[in-house]
Amino acid sequence: MSIFSKSIALAAGAVMAAASLTMPVQAQDGAGQQLYPLFTYRTGPYAPSFIPFGAGNIDYLRYVNEVEGGVNGVKILIQECETAYTIERGIECYERYKDGYDGALTAAIYPHSSGLDVALTDKARIDKIPIVSPGGGQNIATDGRVFPYQFPLIFDYWSEAQIIVDYIAQQAGGYDKLKGVKIATLYHDSGYGRDTIEPLGILAKKYGFEDIQIPVPHPGEQQQAQWQQIRRAGADWVFLRGWGVMTPVAIKTAARVGFPADRIIGDIWSGSEDDARPAGAAAKGYLAVSVFPPGTDYGILKTLKENILDKGKSDLKDNSKFGTVYYNYGVIEAITFVEALRTGQKKFGNKPLNNEEGQWALENLDIDQKRVAELGAEGLISPLKTSIDNHKGETIAAKIIQWNGETWDTRTDWIKADSTLFADVIKAKAAAYAAEKGITPRQDASN
Amino acid sequence: MTTLQDDILPAATAVPSGSALLRIAAVLAGFAIVFGVVPAIATDYWLSSIIIPTIVMGLAGISLNLLQGYAGLVSLGSAAFMSVGVFSAYNLILRVPGLPLPAVLLLAGLIAAAAGIFFGLPALRIKGFYLGASTLGAQFFFQWLFTNYPWFSNGSQSLTISAPRLEIFGYDLQSPAGRYLLVATVTVLLIGLAFLVVKSRLGREWMAIRDMETAASVLGIRVARRKLQAYAISSFFLGITGVLWGFAYLGTADAYTYNLDKSFQVLFIVLIGGTATIFGNFLGAAFIVLTPILLDHLVLAANVAYLSDQGAITNLQRVLFGVIIIFILIKEPDGLSAWIRRGVEALQVRFTR
Repeated sequence: MSIFSKSIALAAGAVMAAASLTMPVQAQDGAGQQLYPLFTYRTGPYAPSFIPFGAGNIDYLRYVNEVEGGVNGVKILIQECETAYTIERGIECYERYKDGYDGALTAAIYPHSSGLDVALTDKARIDKIPIVSPGGGQNIATDGRVFPYQFPLIFDYWSEAQIIVDYIAQQAGGYDKLKGVKIATLYHDSGYGRDTIEPLGILAKKYGFEDIQIPVPHPGEQQQAQWQQIRRAGADWVFLRGWGVMTPVAIKTAARVGFPADRIIGDIWSGSEDDARPAGAAAKGYLAVSVFPPGTDYGILKTLKENILDKGKSDLKDNSKFGTVYYNYGVIEAITFVEALRTGQKKFGNKPLNNEEGQWALENLDIDQKRVAELGAEGLISPLKTSIDNHKGETIAAKIIQWNGETWDTRTDWIKADSTLFADVIKAKAAAYAAEKGITPRQDASN
Repeated sequence: MTTLQDDILPAATAVPSGSALLRIAAVLAGFAIVFGVVPAIATDYWLSSIIIPTIVMGLAGISLNLLQGYAGLVSLGSAAFMSVGVFSAYNLILRVPGLPLPAVLLLAGLIAAAAGIFFGLPALRIKGFYLGASTLGAQFFFQWLFTNYPWFSNGSQSLTISAPRLEIFGYDLQSPAGRYLLVATVTVLLIGLAFLVVKSRLGREWMAIRDMETAASVLGIRVARRKLQAYAISSFFLGITGVLWGFAYLGTADAYTYNLDKSFQVLFIVLIGGTATIFGNFLGAAFIVLTPILLDHLVLAANVAYLSDQGAITNLQRVLFGVIIIFILIKEPDGLSAWIRRGVEALQVRFTR
């Protein structure tokens, strides 16, 4: 075979392989099922956080499928798509699953990446696909009039800033005692890290504490200078907005300069077992904000252990990750998806929802205290109620947890954020965005 | 007919031979496919997530190839110049209302070219490996610049810029087909420009410098000037490529979109596609974009996902990807384009006899 005919054979093979991509799936095995495109990052630098997170997701959905027989009889079809935490691969996954798969309908997509969430904003508006990012969405998308298809459910960094100030005020003995208190924010120098600068400025003006902002360049393996600066400034508290390796380095460096760990409050992405454990003994006493409280004592986790883990059906390879922050985050996320399906089914009937029905459902979620109890998720999730006006949910809350050297202890009950405090600023930002993009905000509150 | 003969025969006296006719036919067929067949048959999925990124990455490959393949200079900062392009375009649209998109693209390219000249200056003194290190400086500098000065992203909370509405003279290009046509048109124009440059005196002098710099300077070629021109033109192309990547493909961009990984991807495209070729870059880009997706689909089709854990499969795909790259580079150091060239030559021999 000459090289030429070889190359023709190669080209023919490539064309055939490519053709197989476009061929419509004949089987339609997914008909009657609800698609859940699971965007994974089992490879790449953030894989260690995804592995328990994805398992929490999958385990809960398997439980719903196998034990409860689906959501009112509708089975959930999980399709994984690996993004490696890159936007390029994420867009390919989005395009692959936005119109459903194998006959199963797409009601919503959880991109599992703040960057991808932003990248999909325009596409989702054109395709009318709800994009849901629990804990990691765009804060301005709270305004559902301008962002009908973005759902930054459950939490945002502005509320987080408010909650840590609230906690510090509790410790000091009231908001009036905050005057003169020095709160240093040590942040990952990225869009994510900078997101609390503005709300802390507003809060500092309101309560009179001193607001010190110190950036750490990515990835944050060197922080000697920053912690010296914190010492020199005489900070009383440090709000640590880390990501990845930056967190354990911060805790260790703090110990080296003699800053007490129980005066450092980590952000929600600095509050997992994998953030505290590498810092060793230095991390004992370290605090963190948690929206995804760790632990295995919640009703739903016991149910999962009995029905999924103990039967060897869990996606976890390492069962010690059960009940960790990221595992529980996965469970919580899957709960939001399943509850949205139930909400939509009440209006549209017990069948798989399409994208527009999914959007309605996510906009009318109401997981109240009673429902939380029924789910066996008391203490695990705080009630969640969405509306067109508020795509994040009206009762945002978080707990403060503390590392005891081995595991996390829960220090507080839910600390609620005041949703009215920043509402005007967010509305104004959303309006500016709408003007820049030429979007006419929805007026009809009844949808 | 070999390329050597092609170069020796003056174009004006050449009678249109079978080979030339074949070439014209190929170009016409190419146009028909690009502007007729593809938009007619491709689905949104194909356009948005396969064809558009392949074309844009191919264009990035051409940009680097002008510098590396033809002028023999090194760059590890391709993505930096792409980011200069996209941030320039964003700010031009934002701050100069009414500027039409073609003008925005052109100006963004020129700004990137200016940046290219600046970071190309060390090329006048240092060579090879060390030059690579200095272009790395561009990579880090622009990433730092765009994260530390929120002005560039219009004070955006997340330092991310969002693609503006794409339109040309009132015609909306937001749909996948519209974005495809924008990308395809710009690419065809730039390919034309690349051919002009490569076939011109400038291109020949680049090759002379690449092949033996001392000889080139003895021949009276102004080496320093030509090198800076190479950086300028390559960066001009990269700037426009960056705009297309951000606005027509991703719909968003930030400094990290154009990181060192992206620069390496562009470099691999040149290596896999073949140095000193234009169309080879698209083969390289298709390889880089398609292989992981193809492997993923094969796993899906073969239904082996349940045999092993997904993470292991994904890692295995990466290993396979690496093996294929190594295989190609060993078997065909001149890149995929060498295969195709031999194929075309064989066809020519068959048809011109």
